[in-house]
Amino acid sequence: MFQILKREEMAHGTIILNEINAPQIAKKAKPGQFVILMANDKGERIPLTMADVDKEKGSITIIYMIIGKSTRLFASLQEGERYSDVVGPLGQPTHIEKKGTVVCVGGGTGTAVLHPITRGMYQAGNHVISIIGARNKDYIILEKEMEKVSQELKICTDDGSKGRHGFVTDELKEILETQEVAEVVAIGPVPMMKAVSALTATYDVQTTVSLNPIMIDGTGMCGGCRVKIGGETKFACIDGPEFDGHQVDFDGLWRRLQAYRLEEEKANCACNLGV
Amino acid sequence: MYREQEAKYLTKKERRAIPRQEMPEQVPSIRNKDFNEVTLGYSLADAQYEAARCIQCKDPACIKGCPVGINIPAFLEMIVEGNLNGSIHKVWETTALPAVCGRVCPQEIQCEAVCVVGKKKESQPVGIGNLEMFISDWARQNGVKNQAEMAPKTGKRIAVVGSGPAGITVAGDLALKGHEVTMYEALHKPGGVLLYGIPEFRLSKDIVDYEIEQLKALGVNIVCNTVVGRTVDVDELLDEMGYDAVFIGVGAGLPTFLNIPGEDLNGVFSANEYLTRANLMKAFDFPRYDTPIIPGKNVAVLGAGNVAMDAARTALRLGAKNVTVVYRRTREQSPARHVEIHHAEEEGVQFRFLTSPLEFIGDANNQLVGINCEVMELGEPDEGGRQRPVPTGKHTYIDCDLAIIAIGTHANPLLTNTTKGLKLNQWGNIEADTKTGKTTKERVWAGGDITLGQATVILAMGMGREAANSIDDYLKGEEVW
Repeated sequence: MFQILKREEMAHGTIILNEINAPQIAKKAKPGQFVILMANDKGERIPLTMADVDKEKGSITIIYMIIGKSTRLFASLQEGERYSDVVGPLGQPTHIEKKGTVVCVGGGTGTAVLHPITRGMYQAGNHVISIIGARNKDYIILEKEMEKVSQELKICTDDGSKGRHGFVTDELKEILETQEVAEVVAIGPVPMMKAVSALTATYDVQTTVSLNPIMIDGTGMCGGCRVKIGGETKFACIDGPEFDGHQVDFDGLWRRLQAYRLEEEKANCACNLGV
Repeated sequence: MYREQEAKYLTKKERRAIPRQEMPEQVPSIRNKDFNEVTLGYSLADAQYEAARCIQCKDPACIKGCPVGINIPAFLEMIVEGNLNGSIHKVWETTALPAVCGRVCPQEIQCEAVCVVGKKKESQPVGIGNLEMFISDWARQNGVKNQAEMAPKTGKRIAVVGSGPAGITVAGDLALKGHEVTMYEALHKPGGVLLYGIPEFRLSKDIVDYEIEQLKALGVNIVCNTVVGRTVDVDELLDEMGYDAVFIGVGAGLPTFLNIPGEDLNGVFSANEYLTRANLMKAFDFPRYDTPIIPGKNVAVLGAGNVAMDAARTALRLGAKNVTVVYRRTREQSPARHVEIHHAEEEGVQFRFLTSPLEFIGDANNQLVGINCEVMELGEPDEGGRQRPVPTGKHTYIDCDLAIIAIGTHANPLLTNTTKGLKLNQWGNIEADTKTGKTTKERVWAGGDITLGQATVILAMGMGREAANSIDDYLKGEEVW
């Protein structure tokens, strides 16, 4: 189990796709849910929201950016090699129903998580407008896949190398100004989700975001993933990972994500030295 | 001097004069810097003299004091005689986890509390826990295997959900009774709280691994990375996967928070998270292991139970300069075992009793810098006769960059929310018959902390034993649902 069936590199090898053999998880997985993976018995438990599921083949797909020691270790695994542990599906699935016009906003690797949700929204009969953003054209992922499940697809880059020169919020603002939107789903870096939620709040449009805080077990045991939602403490692993964007304390979430920065630097130093 | 003769040759009178044998321990100033076990264990001679203190009562109270009813006088006398193989098999008749129980059971309120030897003036009870540790360590170190006869295969299949003390007991018992047992665990390694909760220095993880290997040797199939309620649910186990019975022993996994301001500051942890990082993920060995932990310079631990002592002593070993246990009641009212408080104190943990946290204080970077507390005093007794702590209006401040909340845990709703037909109590614990472990859902039994709330390893094992007997009776057709 947990063998890598397919490995692809995107964005100059900084983003990795792994399709993993995990029939039991695939059987149960729904859009919006996540898994926790370990590369080996000394590894960290890393939560990643699934980017795709193939129930017939019994596989799940994850897409992640290489940012620290653990994701670098994941990236070193080749096709045919295995993760030592994968557990899931965890968290609550996305609430998908026909609502009218739904705008799906993805930033960076957040687009990978957004894709199955977008597909669900599309298949449920919604009019789907998707906006995907990245720093430049090389970091735009899943463009074709998103196109297939959207009536309209907009692209934004920070440097203007593709699509609109600007942020996803610029594009979103135009849409909110000109048409009736039933729901916005925004998944990406914390500052992006914060900006989108702040914008949609002024238009009073329901907004769903997917959070990826630090966690260990993913079953409610450690409480490390706690996040303030409307002033109340919630656990992203069992109450989330999706929440009402207008209720999320993004600043608190951001600060908690920085908690281990010093230790991460140590880990990176240690592995650069080959310790 | 009693040591001039072997214990078995001593007369009854000489035996009665033997003082309780001290458990050899690592020196506090050394052990508070490493994760090796604190207790070093009895030598054979220590064990034989200690066991010889038992007066072999006709009607032994200690057996009744033990939640799993170990035949204590019998296994002790075999130690005295030098029949160590017989002794460990006597223990194995009633407990699957003697090396664990010898270390973490609160013997002082169970078997040793009722020991007649301890009732005499200036006499201490027989060190039953220390002897249980001795005999199980001897067996492990000498590769002695349980020779208990396995009953013929019944062809019945049981799913055990959770691999902690309750699950291990049920799995072991039912395997011996000839059933085919599969034990499911949500984490990547089996052992439950023995692995993620209890630290290495109190229970070496080699022991847990060894006990798990014993289960495998009995034919128990162990499946990790399976969250029942998510990866599979209870009805699937019973219907699609064809198990004849399901035992739920998922523990009380959810940490309780204080719900005071500042609890989401960086530097504030649940004891569950802190201990899981250190124990299961081996963060004390970072960066050889990849999971980090923040060691802390000045650490406050909130609560005074066994878990609080584990967290405080772990923080010391990770290099904290000052570790303070903060508790709103008094030392006498602390729920931790006295030996744990004693060990913590020896190692340099400080205590602030009658102090209740009001608010965590952070700096501009959201990092914890201290805790505002209220000074308490003892007021009127509550219904249980325990004096309630009441606020005095005086405040005090504790300087700390790390706070560990260890005020208890409660039931995890993950499995119970996704299982139809399971009746829960007001705290979300599964309602199970106290004698059989039967739940309100047919063919489903439960035991351990998911039914008791937060209790002890041995109580979970005791319930596991009852449930295993009930499951066996049911599967044999001797008991109807």
